[in-house]
Amino acid sequence: MLIALLFPFLAAALLALPVREKRDLIVRLSALVPLGLLSFFIYNSQQTPTMQRNAWLRDMPVSLDLYFDGLSFLFILLITGIGTAIFVYAGAYMKGHAYSQRLMAFLMLFMGAMLGVVLSDNLIALFVFWELTSISSFFLIGFNNENEASRKSALTALAVTGSGGLVMLIGFIGLGEVAGTYSIQEIIAQRDAVVNHTAYGWITGLILFGAITKSAQFPFHFWLPGAMKAPTPVSAYLHSATMVKAGIYLIARLTPALGDTPFWNQTLLVLGGVTMLYAAFQSLFHKDMKSILAYSTVSALGILVFLLGIGTSASILAASVFILVHGLYKATLFLVTGIVDHETGSRDVSQLSGLRKVMLPVAIAGLLAAISNAGIPPSFGFIGKDLIYEATELKGHLLTALAVLTNIFLLVAGFLAGWKPFAGPLQPEHQKVHLPEMAMWLPPLLLASLGILFGLFPQLIEKTIVAPVFQSISGTAFTGHLALWHGFNFVLLLSSITIVGGLVLYFIIKPSTALNSFIVKSEKFGPKVILTGIANGFDLFARLYTKFFQNGYLRYYIIFIMLTLIGLLGFEMWHYTTLETNNRLATEVTFYEGVTIFILLVSVVIIVFSQSRLASVAALGVMGLAICIVFVFYSAPDLAMTQFTIDTLTVILFVLVLYKLPKFIPLRFTPHHIRDAVIALGFGALISILTLEVLTKNVNREISEFYAANSYVLAKGKNVVNVILVDFRGADTIVEIAVLSIAAIGVFSLLKLRLPKKERIE
Amino acid sequence: MEVLLAIVIGTLYAAGIFMILRRSLVRLIIGLILLGNGANLLIFLLGRIAKGKPPLIPEDANFMTAAYADPIPQALILTAIVISFGLQAFAIVLVKRAYRVVKTDDIDQMNATDDV
Repeated sequence: MLIALLFPFLAAALLALPVREKRDLIVRLSALVPLGLLSFFIYNSQQTPTMQRNAWLRDMPVSLDLYFDGLSFLFILLITGIGTAIFVYAGAYMKGHAYSQRLMAFLMLFMGAMLGVVLSDNLIALFVFWELTSISSFFLIGFNNENEASRKSALTALAVTGSGGLVMLIGFIGLGEVAGTYSIQEIIAQRDAVVNHTAYGWITGLILFGAITKSAQFPFHFWLPGAMKAPTPVSAYLHSATMVKAGIYLIARLTPALGDTPFWNQTLLVLGGVTMLYAAFQSLFHKDMKSILAYSTVSALGILVFLLGIGTSASILAASVFILVHGLYKATLFLVTGIVDHETGSRDVSQLSGLRKVMLPVAIAGLLAAISNAGIPPSFGFIGKDLIYEATELKGHLLTALAVLTNIFLLVAGFLAGWKPFAGPLQPEHQKVHLPEMAMWLPPLLLASLGILFGLFPQLIEKTIVAPVFQSISGTAFTGHLALWHGFNFVLLLSSITIVGGLVLYFIIKPSTALNSFIVKSEKFGPKVILTGIANGFDLFARLYTKFFQNGYLRYYIIFIMLTLIGLLGFEMWHYTTLETNNRLATEVTFYEGVTIFILLVSVVIIVFSQSRLASVAALGVMGLAICIVFVFYSAPDLAMTQFTIDTLTVILFVLVLYKLPKFIPLRFTPHHIRDAVIALGFGALISILTLEVLTKNVNREISEFYAANSYVLAKGKNVVNVILVDFRGADTIVEIAVLSIAAIGVFSLLKLRLPKKERIE
Repeated sequence: MEVLLAIVIGTLYAAGIFMILRRSLVRLIIGLILLGNGANLLIFLLGRIAKGKPPLIPEDANFMTAAYADPIPQALILTAIVISFGLQAFAIVLVKRAYRVVKTDDIDQMNATDDV
């Protein structure tokens, strides 16, 4: 199972390799990967959950333990099953595109990450895969990276889902610490300890935050419609069938551990309820097929959260079924949209009509999906909707009314996207539109047919899929039966109301620009605006901060550094310096020394204040020689010789270059100079005091003694300084020579460089 | 004498910082040289100074017998002098080159990275 999990990552890496020939073929063959995985997991599916242990980080509570049960199986079916359809479709959709390989590689990476999310038993591993889906989603949304809107949407999606993930990580760590284990199954085993812990509310809140950002619940739903900037196969795969359901998966997975408390149920109920109604209502006002589908997806996710929030066994059953129902019809609708967009160049439902005459199989797929979405018998959607109503009915009329209203809106949205472009008379400009190749229309048709097939024969999935999922979430065995026909009852009445109401509304509503602009205007006060405002504020703060500290002026950087140093050092020294000198410092000052120091100080003054460049450089030479003499006085003949040579060379070089340089800007005493002088003097004084302070301490001469004792014995040299440089630390000296050579090459080439005429500025 | 040298070091640092804060590139390089010399003297002084006792092993001995000046700071400073020369030489030539291209040695006017 581990190999199966890692396989997509390997495939992604291989797909990313650049090839010149047969790119289309490679891209198309990549569909074999999800197909292979699908077969593998179906073949290995069992009635009892299996746990496969793989160590990862041994010293930390992080492992790659894989837990394979009904819930994982359902999501794996979505990931690899719909994945296969998407990969086949995308191979045709991206035919001839320059970056088709890149898209497939990211899709593959995403698929691997998603499998990791649903298989991981370890919370930390789950988090890693979770963030990996956000990252691959970022690249997929921003696939058209030359389009600014695309990049912006990608960033928004990453910001929302990524920060949600980080918040979730805090919750995970809290949960892991409270339970004493990071294994989800072990946490479930000690549910009571977790639920009764004082931190339960915090942990649950943080984890749910991650789940609702990922699953685009109100008020974080806005990234999902934006994510529709991605190529359609991506929208179909990530943003309707799989990634956005990761949040649902997480909620379902943790229900046995954290669920069935008032806090859990009420939070989910409110969030899901608001989201499903709000988004379903929004979906009515759009004319872009993808926007309609995006909002109806948000709404469907809301329904799932809502159902998990109700938390009864009826609602868990409804959620288990609805995940599959929605995955099938929504992926179909997206793929149909992609075909329409691909062939006509438009996704505007107010403009498109009559396309059934030119692409019948696509129209059939769209209609079948719309029927399943609407819950019209005998579709699988009908069973799903029945179960939803059965679940809400037990909880009172308010919830039922909400669900009915939502479903009416969703029905309209489904028909708008799935049927409207194909109904009515064919537009003249679309006469020449033709059916795309089979690889594009077959996947949606297959998915749509499954939606009807499962409706007609629910026993196909009852024992294999639905029952294990129900068992995973609720912890009890599934005893009922899935069936189309339940007899004449209240639920049937609700279903009829939904269908009739929806169809009536469908014929009343005419998507138009006016309607669209109305909803766009209303968004001005939506949560998106608030969150974008926060993001912009952050941006502004970062810009001001950067402008203040990273202003591009060397002197301000230095001033900041100096003031910090003066502040820190000064503070320390204020407390600890005694300013006592002891007798070690009382070496006598001879006349020669006094004169040398005097010359040194005078030359420094000249260097700083001279108006003439030549005088400055000459004084620099004098200063160097004075230091040279200091070295002579104090037993450092080698230093004196080096200093003498280097000082002379520097002055010569300066003079050679100087006549080409501009004159000094005269030094005037402006406030700037006074400020700089104060800082410089302050720092100088600090260094002086520091030096004196250090001199009062004892010196460790252990290493010096080693060199003194061994210079001749080990290295046969009597000048200890030289022996250190060329023998004991010989390697350092070689590196130093290399540095000097590089500098010499740099100097030489800068002097000799002659630019060709067109690049020369002079 | 140590006190005097400490003052000299402080002066070199102060002068160096002041020069680095100027707008002229030539002054900036001079400031670097001043700072470098200040640092060398600092290391020298902190290794404790001794008169007339160079770290040379006498002709007739195999190791140091009498008191001697610390050789390690000297080795460090020797390296530092040579390396800082490499830096200075490169900086000086770079300034010359930059002046030829952008016609200014004022660092405030060298901000633009494009269209020079």
